[in-house]
Amino acid sequence: MSTKHGKKGDILLEMKDIRIDGFSDERWHKIIKGIDLTLHRGEVMGLIGESGAGKSTLGLASMGFTKPGCKITFGSVVFDGKDLVTASEDEKRSLWGTRIAYVAQSAAASFNPAHRLLNQTVEASLNQNLQSRDLAEADARNLYKQLQLPDPENIGDRYPHQVSGGQLQRMMTAMAMSPRPDLIIFDEPTTALDVTTQVEVLVAMRAIVEKFNTAALYITHDLAVVAQMADIIKVLRYGKEVEEADTRKMLKSPKEEYTKSLWSVRALEKAEAPSDDIILSINNVDAAYNGSLKVLHDVNIRIPRGRTVAVVGESGSGKSTTARVITGLLPPMVGNVEFNGKTLPAELKDRTKDQLQRIQMIYQSADTAMNPRQTIAEIIGRPLEFYHGLSGMQKQDRVLELLKMIELDESFYDRFPSELSGGQKQRVCIARALAADPEIIICDEVTSALDQIVQEGILKLLLNLQKDYNITYLFITHDIAVVNAISDEIVVMYQGAVIEQGLKSEIMSPPHPEYTQLLLNSVPEMDPDWLTKLVKFR
Amino acid sequence: MTDTPQAYSAAAEIGQIRERRTWIQIAKIELKKAPYSAWFGLIVIAIYLFVAIFAPLLAPHGEAEIFPASFAPWGGDFVFGTDQIGRDIFSRLIYGARNTIGIALATTLLSFAIGGSLGLIAAISGGWLDQLLSRFVDVLMAIPGLIFALMLLTIFGSSILSLIMIIAVLDSTRVFRLTRSVSVSVVVMDYVEAAKLRGEKLGWIMRREILPNIMPPLIAEFGLRFSFVFLTIAALSFLGLGIQPPTADWGSMVRDNASMIQFAKYDLTAALTPMIPAGAIALLTVAVNFVVDWFLHITSGLNDEH
Repeated sequence: MSTKHGKKGDILLEMKDIRIDGFSDERWHKIIKGIDLTLHRGEVMGLIGESGAGKSTLGLASMGFTKPGCKITFGSVVFDGKDLVTASEDEKRSLWGTRIAYVAQSAAASFNPAHRLLNQTVEASLNQNLQSRDLAEADARNLYKQLQLPDPENIGDRYPHQVSGGQLQRMMTAMAMSPRPDLIIFDEPTTALDVTTQVEVLVAMRAIVEKFNTAALYITHDLAVVAQMADIIKVLRYGKEVEEADTRKMLKSPKEEYTKSLWSVRALEKAEAPSDDIILSINNVDAAYNGSLKVLHDVNIRIPRGRTVAVVGESGSGKSTTARVITGLLPPMVGNVEFNGKTLPAELKDRTKDQLQRIQMIYQSADTAMNPRQTIAEIIGRPLEFYHGLSGMQKQDRVLELLKMIELDESFYDRFPSELSGGQKQRVCIARALAADPEIIICDEVTSALDQIVQEGILKLLLNLQKDYNITYLFITHDIAVVNAISDEIVVMYQGAVIEQGLKSEIMSPPHPEYTQLLLNSVPEMDPDWLTKLVKFR
Repeated sequence: MTDTPQAYSAAAEIGQIRERRTWIQIAKIELKKAPYSAWFGLIVIAIYLFVAIFAPLLAPHGEAEIFPASFAPWGGDFVFGTDQIGRDIFSRLIYGARNTIGIALATTLLSFAIGGSLGLIAAISGGWLDQLLSRFVDVLMAIPGLIFALMLLTIFGSSILSLIMIIAVLDSTRVFRLTRSVSVSVVVMDYVEAAKLRGEKLGWIMRREILPNIMPPLIAEFGLRFSFVFLTIAALSFLGLGIQPPTADWGSMVRDNASMIQFAKYDLTAALTPMIPAGAIALLTVAVNFVVDWFLHITSGLNDEH
């Protein structure tokens, strides 16, 4: 099948020695340092790399667009014979949205909440007078159907807040697809979704890209996802290309050291060790927000000392709420939390300093977990001062010691959080928790915002700390690979209730309850045929 | 790829390290880029402050010194002439800077102390306390400010102390609203929750976790509120309920000499006399606004024209 502007196999997009600078802190910095990229019609290229590698910047540059504060300093971007670097704004604007479409990570932020979905889906087609409104709307409904959205005839009459996150992401793909573009740029379209939802979106996107023979750039940091979507993979690092190859070839025999290290990350696995010495138990807890919206139903969890219990489940399953019950932020309606054999006061304000000190928490987003106006020394030093009464040189020495424990050097002592990378920030949050000398640390999705390679570093650090200081972790996550890497026991939660708790080996091996089965099945594997098999299996 | 190690190390991850700069260096960089309006504002404010501080050295005559010649013309011993009872207008202008700016500054500081702390408390505690404070502020704001101030001044008498207290309380309602609304977005941050979980007291959370993060809008608001307080005091003085004679003050100077405007056809300079204190008020207000605009532009992090 050929698209309206050419046939499969022709070169659609050719970027030559592209260089992009970004402005920050009074200086221009090089973001992209000379990358070549060739994309043929109907081809899907996966761009992978850690954050800061320049994936998104390169993706946007392929439209001839740069974010404010960035500029293309060198090179050319030839799209279907036209150089977008030198093209005028009007020329580019006539291409954007119609021949080149963009699907952003956060669908919720990309839709106008005040307009119906159908109107937004057909907007680009109508603006460029590609087809009449009736035809465009009929076509949009057809797209909804192909993307397996429920009730395709009427779903377009809803507003963005009336559909789920996964549906909205597919809706955005429909919007991008409506004018039948030659090129779609997917910028981490499934990163914000649950694994179970992610599968549906991936299947739908892959099918529709194949059907209309659209070329695509698929930007992600998730290797397993890119393995399902892309024909070729390009690995980026520090604004340069590391290597490029066919997906199968790349997965089988990556050439560069860096690519190999990316591939090996998922292999981390902790040997489980059973224990009956329970440090913390949650007994028959019901909890509700505002006294009415019940989110936890009769939750029972036992956490053995010095072990890691992973709580898995999709968003809304009550994982984080359980953490709030333990920390005392949300007193339970029924039931209690026992710590070292004694019942903890339900309310935060009734707990003693000693009780607070022994239960520490690490958050998903290290960005918002640290005060941007405090230095690392102040952030780590405060619990030392508050719980242990350290000051002056003693405090300073201990902070440096803690920095060493999290594998950072003393140059970090007087930096501000904004000067740290994502992984370093999370390490500082770990150090802050450690500073209190806790017995148990609640980790709420601590690795899910991080790149794979950084994730591995953090997980290794947590494991080492557990070995050295016999710390207990309650590890909340939705990522099964992380569960494998760190846990002894697993708790599966669904819709506010515990489905099952047990040793990792028990939970991971069949037979599974229905939900556990679905959850385990939805985790992408590094096999490029995984998605195809899964679809057949269903 | 020789510049970057292939093996993973946590310390080698790229973070954007900012150059260490003292606030003096930052100020120098920003001043270099400052627009003309900001420079104008800064210079005007500097002159006003200089005059206010060194008033007794600069003024040729005493603040309330009465000379036999009332309504003396411009020039000679009296640069801007004398007023209706023979006081030197130029000297009173200089002393007026000291009184008007000093009182306005004290009032603004007090209103920030009241409104700022209550706003923070409302934002952190939420619930019924937030409702109580916010609704009380709504009630206060529903009453026209100037009329309310006039009423309170008639009840409590127009001493400088009651003037400061009344205007500060009335103005703190706006500070309360601003502080509360900017704090609410900081209060939900994980680091505030982390501090609560650590067991920190309310005061510590207010001072150390929230206040540093809401300073830029508060400082900008401080400049604007200062202008409004300054105008309110001038207005009250003009109406006769503000700063009382013989203390020199620009608002009352406008009132005292307002009648001279009708002599414009005989002596233009006489007609200009009441304009001078009025102009002094206007100039300072404009200058403060220029500086606040510039400050907001820097701190909002808008990096335009690149």
